[in-house]
Amino acid sequence: MKNISINLQVNGKQVSSTVEPRTSLVDFLRDDLRLTGTHVGCEHGICGACTVLLNGDPVRSCCMFAVQANGLEITTVEGLAPERGQLSKIQDAFCEKHGLQCGFCTPGMLITCQALINKNPHPSEAEIREAISGNLCRCTGYQQIVDAVVFATKETV
Amino acid sequence: MKAAPFDYHLAENLSHTKNLLKEYGEDVKLIAGGQSLVPMMAMRLAKPSHLIDIARIDELQQISSFEESIRIGAGVKQCVLENHALTSQIPLLSAVVPWIGHHQTRNRGTVGGSLAHADPSAELPLIAVILQAKIQCENLDTQRIISAKDFFLGPMWTTLDVQECLTHIDWPIWQGHGIGHAFEETSIRQGDFAMASAASQLQVDASGKLIRLHCGVGGMGGTPYSFEDMTSSLIGQTLSKDMILEFSEQAIQQTEPASDLHANAAYRRNLAKTLLSRTIEQSLAMANNSFQHHLR
Repeated sequence: MKNISINLQVNGKQVSSTVEPRTSLVDFLRDDLRLTGTHVGCEHGICGACTVLLNGDPVRSCCMFAVQANGLEITTVEGLAPERGQLSKIQDAFCEKHGLQCGFCTPGMLITCQALINKNPHPSEAEIREAISGNLCRCTGYQQIVDAVVFATKETV
Repeated sequence: MKAAPFDYHLAENLSHTKNLLKEYGEDVKLIAGGQSLVPMMAMRLAKPSHLIDIARIDELQQISSFEESIRIGAGVKQCVLENHALTSQIPLLSAVVPWIGHHQTRNRGTVGGSLAHADPSAELPLIAVILQAKIQCENLDTQRIISAKDFFLGPMWTTLDVQECLTHIDWPIWQGHGIGHAFEETSIRQGDFAMASAASQLQVDASGKLIRLHCGVGGMGGTPYSFEDMTSSLIGQTLSKDMILEFSEQAIQQTEPASDLHANAAYRRNLAKTLLSRTIEQSLAMANNSFQHHLR
């Protein structure tokens, strides 16, 4: 099976690599680029742990092959913070409101919530619940995650 | 849970796709969004030796308007339908989009992909059958137009030949006043496969008499069901709640739902009957309301 050369942008950096066609995008990010922040959960599109931004839109990185991302822009959880050692607003809110327990779903939740507030800076609680409905938290800590998004997006006086 | 090895081919346009399909013969699959195919490959339910990527073909991603229909390219992403100006002319189609998977899968999944995958509980196949959409498929030599009800043959099974590419779908526009539509679905969790779903679109005249009723259910057998051919006795009548319930009861008797862990066949029939009668009632209310707004 012929390997394919790909060029894509990951967290603002240009990346060139050669991949086996069957390599999923999440395996490419974790194993080839060593960006292990993105988690592999169910590997068939149910759990949402592997959610990344593809040209700004949240997608399942287990449900596409790395070759399909050729020429596109990816943002992983490592790319959310403005600087190394800092936290983005939504990451900080997750800490503040205990939006994570075991942490397995957290990268997917953060990316999904970031995508939500990029589009809708002041979402209602219903909109937040709708947005994260495609991400499973097996600790069932949804309430704190909703609280975190509310906290991160509330109007400041 | 890793896909079996395959060779990847990026199709540049439709004619390139058709040539690649011919070249690689039987053991080939088209991929666009991959939201159904990639999980099937991960579970090794699908093991194509060749994958032809049609996700970058512009001509498959067009939405265009005709006098009597809206043409949607097979490669149009599901998320695009939600707010597109032209698809608002097919309001039932816009109404089901939020029910397809989750927003993360709708950002990749395509209209043609969902139809070609033909999951019996999926939303788009049901709407295509109810609205009597026309599906165009092409191979290197011929193109054919198939009505949606003839397109679906069984679970994950369509008339699509291995060398054919689904290119676009024509969705009929209903003209005139007094039109209403509704969609309902029940699943264990939001975004899960539907245990049963129902949709309806109808038109009444200014006095509230039924002109036409298109309705059906999904997840109740190998393919979506359309009950339009059972509606003749209702045409010209003012529908009452009892008439709608009786019609729904009779219609659901045609279906052959499976029993599984979540619901047995009897439960599914009951559920589908409720959902179907609810969608007809909602459509009727919307249609009658549209006249009141019109008169005001």
